[in-house]
Amino acid sequence: MGAFILRRLALAVPSLLGISIVLFAVLALAPGDPFAELATNSNVPPEVREHLRASLGLNDPVASRYLHWLVAMLHGDWGFSFISRVDVTTLIWQRVPVTLGLIGTSQLLALAIAIPVGTLSAVKPYSWFDRIASTIALAGFSLPTFFTGILLILVFSIKLDWLPFVYRSDVEATGWRAVVEHVRQAIMPVCVLGLFQGAGWTRYVRSAVLDVIRLDHVTTARSKGLAERVVVTRHVLRNALIPVVTLVALQMPTVFGGAIVTEQIFRIPGIGSLLIDAILRNDTPVIMGVTFVFSVLVIVFNLVADLLYGLLDPRIAYR
Amino acid sequence: MNEQMLRELVDDVRDGRLARRDFIARMVALGVGVPLASAMLADVAVAQPAVEPPYKPTRRGGGGALRMLLWQGPTLLNPHFATGTKDQEGCRPFYESLARYDENGVLMPVLAAEIPSRANGGIAADGLSTTWKLKKDVKWHDGQPFTADDVVFNWQYATDPAGGAFSTGFYTNVKSIEKIDATTVRVNFVKPTPIWDRSCNIWLIPKHLFSAYMGAKSREAPNNLKPVGTGPYKFVSFTPGDLVRGEANMAYYLPNRPHFDTIEIKGGGDATSAARAVLQTGEFDYAWGILVEDNVLKQMEAGGKGKMVFKPTGNPEMIMLNAADPWSEVDGERANVKSRHFAFSDPAVRKAFGLLVDRKSVLDFVYGRLATPAPNLLNNPAQFNSKAITPEFNVDKANALLEAAGWKRGADGVRAKDGKRLKLVYQTSINSVRQKVQAIVKQACAKAGIEIELKTVQASVFFSSDVANPDTYGKFFADIEMYLNTRAGTDPDRFMQQWVSWEVCQKANGWQLQNKTRWSSPEFDKTFRAAEVELDPVKRAALFIQMNDMACNSGYSIPVALRAQVTALSKSIVAPLTGWDLDLSGLHDWYRA
Repeated sequence: MGAFILRRLALAVPSLLGISIVLFAVLALAPGDPFAELATNSNVPPEVREHLRASLGLNDPVASRYLHWLVAMLHGDWGFSFISRVDVTTLIWQRVPVTLGLIGTSQLLALAIAIPVGTLSAVKPYSWFDRIASTIALAGFSLPTFFTGILLILVFSIKLDWLPFVYRSDVEATGWRAVVEHVRQAIMPVCVLGLFQGAGWTRYVRSAVLDVIRLDHVTTARSKGLAERVVVTRHVLRNALIPVVTLVALQMPTVFGGAIVTEQIFRIPGIGSLLIDAILRNDTPVIMGVTFVFSVLVIVFNLVADLLYGLLDPRIAYR
Repeated sequence: MNEQMLRELVDDVRDGRLARRDFIARMVALGVGVPLASAMLADVAVAQPAVEPPYKPTRRGGGGALRMLLWQGPTLLNPHFATGTKDQEGCRPFYESLARYDENGVLMPVLAAEIPSRANGGIAADGLSTTWKLKKDVKWHDGQPFTADDVVFNWQYATDPAGGAFSTGFYTNVKSIEKIDATTVRVNFVKPTPIWDRSCNIWLIPKHLFSAYMGAKSREAPNNLKPVGTGPYKFVSFTPGDLVRGEANMAYYLPNRPHFDTIEIKGGGDATSAARAVLQTGEFDYAWGILVEDNVLKQMEAGGKGKMVFKPTGNPEMIMLNAADPWSEVDGERANVKSRHFAFSDPAVRKAFGLLVDRKSVLDFVYGRLATPAPNLLNNPAQFNSKAITPEFNVDKANALLEAAGWKRGADGVRAKDGKRLKLVYQTSINSVRQKVQAIVKQACAKAGIEIELKTVQASVFFSSDVANPDTYGKFFADIEMYLNTRAGTDPDRFMQQWVSWEVCQKANGWQLQNKTRWSSPEFDKTFRAAEVELDPVKRAALFIQMNDMACNSGYSIPVALRAQVTALSKSIVAPLTGWDLDLSGLHDWYRA
């Protein structure tokens, strides 16, 4: 197993290199300019704009810019943002707590809904509960988050005036009031993301459980006279969750990546909004930094998912 | 009334023979606006009582929190690198400039004790220098005194070629800034110049904290992210792109100011929901740059928590006609200045096109309160406003003009002459408002037998300086294009550059210059050169009016509307906003009623 991990990690190096080359090339080919805003301002002479571009090395050939970035990256220097002139690592670390907190909570909410609802639906398929749950799930993952987000804002912020719709990373209150404030402002974004994710996973859990519940060992367990609760939790769910665990593990990098649309709607200062701002402003170092972390996480969690598979299902061996 | 009579009247005011108020009344009777009349007096240095905005609070602090929402959050807090408006606004609570422009485009002192003029000896008669007296007893937030050394340092910092600061633009034509004494500086110019005020609008940073980080080391200064200024609010915390927080500077040099205990500038999201947070839920007190359609804003205002404020700016939305031929290559480049456009080289076509822009419909149905009529290319401040240009919308006249010039309708209703059909490509950036304007123009053109093909380009591409991309506004590989020309500051010199011959966008200069239409005229060039060295403000304004009339009459540039600075403000906030400077430039005078 050690050799397996080593081999996979060694394979990750060329993949990461490839990803970074493709990303850099795409960014270099994409039109746009980090100083586009200065273009229409007649008070800024064009030579000032040209000077800014030159000082950031934007006029060098793409290949030399890439090599420059790569060498710096290997030395642990992620570069600095063209726009804010702050180190990329600092920018990313500033956004990590909110992202993990908010997106993490929403994923937990999604799991807390998906596993019980999906299991109950599968245990009694085509019952009233299953039909209602399936309908809601279908609606849940069909509605895009920008729609549900704005809908919630209209109802709970504008009509009822219960919840704030602008997320603040530091709330003014202290102590318990601060906690309450944090929870209040997190309710809508967490619900939007959690329900969307939960709806998809519910369908997945349901079909996984349905696959397992028809197997012989479940019939055997039932015929031994075990209580239905024990049959479902010990014999059905444990087996059914193997593919679900993989799915959740593969979903983990997304937790880091944040949720671009939802973050934009609620003004959550997460990684997603950092990335989209950087893309809109052609801020290459930040885009490279965030996407690089993202690709590392995807590779790592793919490996983790493979390893988890083996742990949960001893029939799978690593060679 | 000619120039001579005007001058005599102004002299009468100066010498006390005529009351200031009577002079203005007389000017108003002649159809001259109050701001222009005041400007005339200001120009010849008649002591003008400063128009201080009323400020009611009687003590410092106690105003609670001021919550501001910029839908693009500030990303850095060093004014010399604040390339975007969002960053400049973010710097403003902490840093201040020598002076600022009020809503009429009149200069008001901030860190300066007074505005230099001929009368107080601030403006040298030879136009080679300006002397600024600074306020005494101004302190940086860390307690160090603000002195002339700081002003000199900012010039050195900005113009250090290794630094790459955007603020060098404020100091063009400045030869040096020298210290006279602790509270007096003299700005020396390379050559006599009428534009002496540009460098006073840059926000000043403290020498004692930044002097170790000049030039190439500028990025390493710890205070890039922790501003220490002279402003009404002191820095608390900053997350780039998300949040700037500040607290009242209880040692501020103006009495009873600032009013708010804390301020917060939150970023992110979009303009519509920013307006909603001020107008409907009242979560925020101020939101900036609300370019949202007026009918949507009106609905939100019905919520009753806030109001929209529209301030005039000098930024016209302009339609430009290509003087060169964008469709064939001459000397290896399209739209070469040596080529001539097949249709627009005929003055009748340009004139007819000008008659087909329905400005009234554009204002009534597209912009609403977001813009005001713009008969001229250069409309304001008042002293630059030409009264000679009166554009009209008249399809019949356009038809008659084209008919007379030999453009005959073909079987498909599209006019043609010498085998060339009047089919034109009209490009602009993707923006719902601009697309509606395009549609209005297209409709009118169809009635006059001109076929218009609409083309829209992603804004980040359209406004980029990307030499490889054919769709940029600088290349102008289309017959017609339209965009908003922003004009920071009140002086129109750089704005008027877009019609001079040496600014023509061509391959040789990477299409980076200002003249996009490729139209130029020796007469315009000559007038522009004359204005550059004309030290008499009245004569200089007359030169600019001449230039405006030439550019308008050429027919190659057609002003559509003058965009307003649009701000959403909570009903309880009193804020002196201006379209000639940053929204937050008057932040020290904001209070909650």
